[in-house]
Order: sequence, then C-alpha cells, then structure tokens
Amino acid sequence: MAIPISYNIRNIVQRPVTTLATGSGIAMVVMILIGAFALASGFQAALVETGSPRNAFIRRTGADSEISSGVSRDAANIIRALPEVATGPDGRPLVSTDLVVLTNLERVGQTGSSNVPIRGIDPASLTLRPQIRVDEGRMFGPGTDEVMVGKRVGRRFQNLGIGNRVKLGQREFTVVGHFVAAGSAFESEIWGDNAVLMPALDREGTFQSITFRMRDPARFAELKKQLEADPRLGVQVQTEREFYSSQSQILAGVIRAAGVFITLIMAIGAIFGAMNTMYAAVGHRTREIAVLLTLGFTPFAIWLSFLFESVLLCLIGGVLGCLLAIPINGITTSTTNWASFSEVAFAFRVTPLGMVLGLAFAAVMGVVGGFLPARQASRQSLAAALRAA
Amino acid sequence: MNFFSLVLVNLLRNKRRTILTMSSVVIALFLFCSLRGVLDTLQASIKVGSESRLVTRNRISLIFPMPQSYWSRIAAVPGVKSVSVQNWFGGRDPVDPKNWYAQFGVDAATFFPIYARDVDIVAASPPQVEVPLPPGVDPKLAAFMSEQTACVVGERLFKKNRWKLGQTVTLAGTIYPGSWPFVIRAVYHAKDPAFGEETMLFHYKYLEQKGMGGQGAVGIYVLELSQPERAGDIAKSVDAMFENSSYATRTETEHAFQAGFVSMYGNVPFLIGVIGLAVVFAILLVAANTMMMAARERISEIGVMKTLGFQDGTIFAIVLAEAAIITLGGGLAGAFLAKLGLEGSAFNAGGLLPPMTVSWTTVTIGVGIAVFMGATSGLIPAWQASRLRIVDALRRVE
Repeated sequence: MAIPISYNIRNIVQRPVTTLATGSGIAMVVMILIGAFALASGFQAALVETGSPRNAFIRRTGADSEISSGVSRDAANIIRALPEVATGPDGRPLVSTDLVVLTNLERVGQTGSSNVPIRGIDPASLTLRPQIRVDEGRMFGPGTDEVMVGKRVGRRFQNLGIGNRVKLGQREFTVVGHFVAAGSAFESEIWGDNAVLMPALDREGTFQSITFRMRDPARFAELKKQLEADPRLGVQVQTEREFYSSQSQILAGVIRAAGVFITLIMAIGAIFGAMNTMYAAVGHRTREIAVLLTLGFTPFAIWLSFLFESVLLCLIGGVLGCLLAIPINGITTSTTNWASFSEVAFAFRVTPLGMVLGLAFAAVMGVVGGFLPARQASRQSLAAALRAA
Repeated sequence: MNFFSLVLVNLLRNKRRTILTMSSVVIALFLFCSLRGVLDTLQASIKVGSESRLVTRNRISLIFPMPQSYWSRIAAVPGVKSVSVQNWFGGRDPVDPKNWYAQFGVDAATFFPIYARDVDIVAASPPQVEVPLPPGVDPKLAAFMSEQTACVVGERLFKKNRWKLGQTVTLAGTIYPGSWPFVIRAVYHAKDPAFGEETMLFHYKYLEQKGMGGQGAVGIYVLELSQPERAGDIAKSVDAMFENSSYATRTETEHAFQAGFVSMYGNVPFLIGVIGLAVVFAILLVAANTMMMAARERISEIGVMKTLGFQDGTIFAIVLAEAAIITLGGGLAGAFLAKLGLEGSAFNAGGLLPPMTVSWTTVTIGVGIAVFMGATSGLIPAWQASRLRIVDALRRVE
C-alpha cells in the first residue's frame, strides 16, 4: 500500500522556509530555461511572421541573405510579366521590387551603433504586405525625400523620431511616420520610395530582392523550378515565409542551445540544494519512518513517498518559476541577426510549450535530487530507526 | 579547543551536506564567471592590435565599398606609414553550410607587415619559384605570395578541418557568385588570441579579378600610423578628403571599429548579466537554506556551549565562519575552474566566440560574490544562534 499523498503535503507545509528556499532555487533554473526559450521563440516568430506563405521571394543564386543579393531591372521586368503573378484590384501585378541596404546608426540610451536595414519599395506595392500599418504620423509620399520607420527601431536609434532628419547615403530624409507590422522584422527597418533611395544610396540598376503574390500558391514547386531554370534570371526562389524562417534558424538555435547548456549546469547546483533538503527531511523523520515501517508500509512505499515529496518540492519551484517568467513575456529586446548582419528588435514570447518544458525539467530535478535521500530512507533498519528515537 | 577547530568540527559533522553545498557554490561561481567571461571575451576582441591603427570604411555602413583610388590618396596623408586593404568575402562551404568561417581578401604585401606582431606563420609550403618578397613579409610566405589563388588559414581552422598544406579548398561565393578554389599555402598562429585563428586570408587581387570584373572596390582600409599620437587628427583629415565625394568615409581606431561589432550584440550582454545574477541568487538560497538547517540541528548544542561560558559573539562568529568557509572555498574553486578551465581549453563555443578569456576582474568579482553569499547565508542563522536563550535551547527535545 502506498503512503497517502497528504502525508507529503503536510510535511512540505510544515517547513515553509526550507521549502521556499529550495523551491526558489529550482524556480530560478526554470525561469532561466523558460526565458531562454521565450527569447528564441520571440526572435523566430518575428522573422517567420515577416514572410507570408502566399508570396514568392526571389534573390540571386548563391546569395545567403538579402543584402548580398542582386537582381537586375531586366529580371524584375520578366518576373513582373509572369502569368503566375497575382494582380491587385486595380489590375496591376502584386510585385515588390526591393532595395535593401544597411545603414549604421547610433543607438539611443546606450553607446555604440548598429546596422539598420533600409528598404526601398515601390509605394504601389504596399498592398502585397497587408500587415503594414502606420501607427503614428503618416506614410511617406511617393517620390519625396520622406521615410517611415518601424516602430521598434524608431525608439532605439538616434534621429528616427517623427519629424527628425536622417542622412541616408548622399541625402537627408525626413521621418514622417512610424509603422507596425504585426511584430515582424519589418518593424526593425526604415522604409522609403526606392525611386528616391536608389540614387541616394548609389544602387541604381539592381534590386536586392523581388517578392510577388502567387496567383496559386499550390503551384509553388513548379514555379520555383521554372524560374530557377531560366538562364536570363540567375535567381533562387523560396516562399517568403521559408526565406525569413531560414534566416532565424541559426540564431534561434544558438539561443536555445545556450539556454539549455546554462540551465543544465545551473540545475546541478539546484539539485544539490534539493538533495540537502531531502536528506535533512529524512534525517528529521527517522522516528516517523520507523513508525511507518512498524505499521507495515514496505520500504518501497517509503522510497516512493520520499521521491514523490522531492518531486512535489521541485514542482512547487517549477510553478514559481513559471509565474516569475510570465512578466518577461512581451518585453522587447534587440540584437543583431548575423544571418542578415542587421539589427532585429523583437519581443520575448513565453510559450505554453516552454512552460511545460520548464515544469517537466523541475520534475526531473526532483527525481534526480530525491533519489538518493529516498533510498536512504527506505533502507533504514527498523531497529536502528527506533533506537535513534 | 580553539575557535577554528570548533568550526572545522562543525563542517565535518555532516560531510555530505558540506560537500553538496560547496559543490553547488562551485557550480554557481563557475557559471557566473563563465557568463561574465563571455562578456570579457567580447571586450577583449575589441583590443585587437592597438589604438595606433586606423580603419577606414564607407560612412553609410560596412556593406558599402569604397573605390580603390582611395588607397594611394590615404597613403599620402602625412602620418600614415602604410595602408592595406581588406575585403569581406562571405563564402560558404558548399558541402556543409554549418562549417562557417570568415574569409578576407587582403593585400598581403602590406597586410602581413602591419599585423606582424599579431600573427606568426607556423607552417608553410616551400616556394616553387624564387620571388623577391616585399619588405616586412615573413619569408615563410614566399609560396603564398607567388600564387594568385593561395590562402593562409588560422591554425585552429586548419586543425578542425584536418586540412593539409597544398590542399585545395573550394568555397561557394555568396556576395561574389561562383565556385572559388583556394590552395592552402601557409598556416598562421595568432599571438594575440583576440585576432582569432579561424579565419582564411587570401589575395585581394584574386577577389578583384575574379569577383569584381577587375573594377576594384574595397571593403575597408587598414592604416598603420607613423605618428600614432596623432591618430585623431589623421582620421579627421582622411574623412575630410572624401567628405563631399559620393563615397564618404568614416575613419576610426581599430579599437573603436571592433567595438562597433560588440555594440551590434544589442541587449545580449545585458541579458547574460541578468542570467549570471539569477544563478548567483539561486545558489545563495541553497547556501542560506543549508546554514539554517545546520544551525537548527544544533540548537541544544549551542545551549550547552553557552552554559559552558561561550560568549554570544563567539557563537555568532563560529556559525558565520562556517558559512564563509563553505562559500569562499566553493567560490575560489568555481572561479579558478572557469579561469583555468576555459582559458586552458581555449573554449570558443563552437566557433561563435574568439577563444574565451576570463579576466582577473571577473575572478575577483566572483570571489567577492562568494564572500557576500557566505555573509548573507550565515547571518540569519548566526544571529539566531547568538540570540538564543539557554533555557529555550535546552528545553527543545529534538
């Protein structure tokens, strides 16, 4: 017969300070684990949501990022005329020919600078990206020296506030608006008219990428084969979503690996703490264990009971860790995505999966930390236990 | 029985607990120092070379090149001793995209003399023809100098890929399309670990002719100064020269240039710092809990000691000293483990970082934190023990 669970619960409640101290140690580990995963998920989400699965994304063969790519105006015209390109309500093809370059800007509130992408677009192509919404101010005027800035970089870099003048290449531009793009990486960019930006940045003649809405996304594979085989183009084709999520893989992987590595080491320390607590619990209860044995509980039941108590203790810590991690959700942070060599601002995203993982990790810590103390408890001989009393 | 033997007896009474607690302090401090070590490493990477070298890049950003005609104009600026060019290549291993490393096209005749104090050539192919070498170039580089497609690779990269001298490595260009064969003709060792040993250096000429259609564009210029004390003025006069051209420049010390890369990490260093503190806090709780448990078990004993005439202050000191020894011992071990272990193995997080350095400042801070942990974790139990009334202590049955 198993020892009732209420026995364990009472024991844990009996020593609140010790429980809290041990639990908090576990909570820190769980919090860091959830935090690292929230960071990776947030970063990945920002990039994945940048791209739509209905859009095809075209860059030069071999280019591993947008900035190192180059597609000629001729190729752009060929693509614009493809029958596979969807048309807007006005009958124009839904194609965006983008200029993407980086500019080095000084940060606000922190010394140093970082690379911010500038995207020159054809203003008519905004319908291709319906997630873009002006949050403050207004959209840049076509053919003018105006730009709009993603909300997340607008506050992080100097001269990107509304009304500010910012020098991009040879010309000064006026920031007329801040835009949001559903939390995607576009919010970390500066957008303007490519007809004005291309001469200012000395990039006439080539675009970095071409994005178009597919008339029939189901036929993507055929389309890809057709375009990549076309010798006039020299391009590679992915769906927009595929491209952006591939840009996030390395950094997200690094963050997750680092998070797991750090928490594993940290967990060893916390497990030692749990072991201390459980050994002390076993030591204090020598007499109780003797009574349990006398009552006819098997050593196995006692082992199980102490192991369960250890898991319970760690799960309390795990829940505490989850609670501590919740406020992290939504905090914006930024770093350079080395895949694109440019700054990406994104929000921590605490996911249910991360929390479940954290709790599971806490339970594992409980099993590992409680194993030896529970074994000691179950191996006590009745005579020795009663004599100790 | 003197004071310290009393403390020692207490520490050894429950050996398992002492060892477990000490180990968790070791782990905490190891982790703390390693995390701070990452920040130290980033800081150290700024210190490549000295303040006496300048770097000129396009003002808009690094990805924009500058015309090659700037080379001779910069070299003519008074105070500039020599100028070299360096161009990011960004090639990929066509077989294994994960096997990533940096490649630069450099003007070898000027590049190697400028960095003579930072790198040593440790292995090289014998030269096939006698060629006159430019002054200041290591004679071991003769084979490399006489071959257009030759390259020099870092020792670590060389060993990691199990390459051999004379072997051809083919890369797929991302910025400069095509398939690019390189012949390994020499291996360098970085005397300054911050220089990094996972880089491939090859002839800028090769890049220019094959990748730029002979129209030289240059990523950055590296300037060695004959008057390093005038670095600020020289940087200004270089930038002034190109101020109104279509390729305006930004010239800064190599130090500031590298700092720009560290700044690109954004909030990451801050997050690493936060994690370090969380680790310390978690283990502080473990240590405090242990000390409280230890003191609680000894209540009646403390009553006896007080009856024998031990002063409150002595009792306080005994308990506190016990905590201090556990955390200080663990802290010293953890901090030195990080310092010696990481630096000794030249850990580089799979190529993400230059080989790790853990500064003495970090070690000192780590040990300081351990002392603080000892003080805080021991304080409450010590205070409780010293305040204990003999009657209460002896009345307890436990």
